[in-house]
Amino acid sequence: MRWSVHVQASAGAFHLDACVEGEAAPVVIIGPNGSGKTTLLRVIAGAYQARSGRIRLGERVLFDSETGISIAPEERRVGYVPQGYGLFPHLTVLDNVAFGLVGGARRRARSERRRIAAELLADVKCSHLAPRHPATLSGGEKQRVALARALLPVPEMLLLDEPLAALDVAARRGLRAYLARHLARRTRPAIVVTHDPRDVHALGSPAVYALEEGRVVQQGPAGHLAAHPGTAFIAEFFGVDATGARPDT
Amino acid sequence: MLLILAVPLLALAGASSPGDIAAGARHPLFLPALWLSARTTLVSLAVMVLAGTPLAWWMASRPGRRSRIVESLVDLPIVVPPAVMGIALLETFGRNGLFGPFLSSLGVQVPFTTAAVVAAQVVVSAPFYVQATATAFRRVDEDLLIVARTLGHSPASTFFRVAVPLALPGMVAGAALAWARALGEFGATLLFAGNLPGTTQTMPLAVYTALESDARVAVALSLVLVGASALLLFPLRTLPALIGRRFGAGSGAGASPGSGLAGP
Repeated sequence: MRWSVHVQASAGAFHLDACVEGEAAPVVIIGPNGSGKTTLLRVIAGAYQARSGRIRLGERVLFDSETGISIAPEERRVGYVPQGYGLFPHLTVLDNVAFGLVGGARRRARSERRRIAAELLADVKCSHLAPRHPATLSGGEKQRVALARALLPVPEMLLLDEPLAALDVAARRGLRAYLARHLARRTRPAIVVTHDPRDVHALGSPAVYALEEGRVVQQGPAGHLAAHPGTAFIAEFFGVDATGARPDT
Repeated sequence: MLLILAVPLLALAGASSPGDIAAGARHPLFLPALWLSARTTLVSLAVMVLAGTPLAWWMASRPGRRSRIVESLVDLPIVVPPAVMGIALLETFGRNGLFGPFLSSLGVQVPFTTAAVVAAQVVVSAPFYVQATATAFRRVDEDLLIVARTLGHSPASTFFRVAVPLALPGMVAGAALAWARALGEFGATLLFAGNLPGTTQTMPLAVYTALESDARVAVALSLVLVGASALLLFPLRTLPALIGRRFGAGSGAGASPGSGLAGP
């Protein structure tokens, strides 16, 4: 499934002007803090309105400023896992996962949605967490639950904002492999925002977009960016990998 | 500071015997005033929640100059003396006020009615509810609202299933504060609604009236009012903490302004 995002958006003094596209394989977005990575994901999810441009997902047009199309977030079928995972603190893990079937077009009866949610939790090996509240979970557990919740409505595209940033080193290693396997198994597109070159390598050799000050400064296969970094940030991003140190904050 | 706050109330308690309180409760002013206060403050509370919650949501979700202006307008009744608010209400709804001719053409009279009592209470207390609720809404993580939308929920469903439950402790704390303020409302009520037993004479006005004839009755009425307020407010103040605890430790949204107001 081909997808393309070409948008201009403004949030206060910040301007985003980015062109990103891909197919079923996951695409990685890197960039310093405040470069517009999260803003871009939110524009794709429909939470922020782009000023102009076009977002296509397969045959569907999610946004087109010329024809005035702007599909509401609840109808875009784009899954979003924010940084920090965004689990609802007032709901149990099971009800968090089932939330996509509580209202809207995919509404199901309570017993039905709990059964479906329990199946998905079993998929990510988190069945034992079902009755607990998110505040009592570890970072890795939250990550898995958030992923199960985003996948439940069967989104056509998955947006992951720093999926591993909030984890400690040991949990990160295990989940990185898990996430890479999972994304490889899916035949639907995904965008992964990351601060960590090892996330990029775990995903094989994905297409990488480097974002700085709201613009794509370089794009291409990860190996190409590592070999020919176009900016100081990209050089640092891939360079520090050799020492094993994390380049982020 | 604690002394300054507590000593007058203790003195009030010391000035009265149980017999006096019983006598105060039997006083002809007492029951109608208590009943009127209970009715009007409940109606005021309902008006504040129904009309104030959408305003608070609007203020919280639209940062910018316009919402800052609105916020200052909402704050205004807190700093303006209640008596002045009473005059302002008269200038709005009185016979010679802004809407006076329109209202009299409909045969409606607002000043010196029970509706005026509610209006005075709402104008003076709503800011407390609206501000607390807006603050509580602002503390709800924006990502949670976005996630809810991407999971298929409409803006309304997201509001009721995510924003309201998470803001609830702060909303309840704000409602408790506003209710207390409405229960004690005196100045605006006196000027705009008058002091008519059974119609506009709420508990604070009854205390004022009793003081003119018999100070002991006033003290007894005051004590009953203190007791009633404490009784009403205790569950409302502990509730936010209880709701907050339901989310477990470490949830930012659970630690709303409610926790700041809870407990003595």
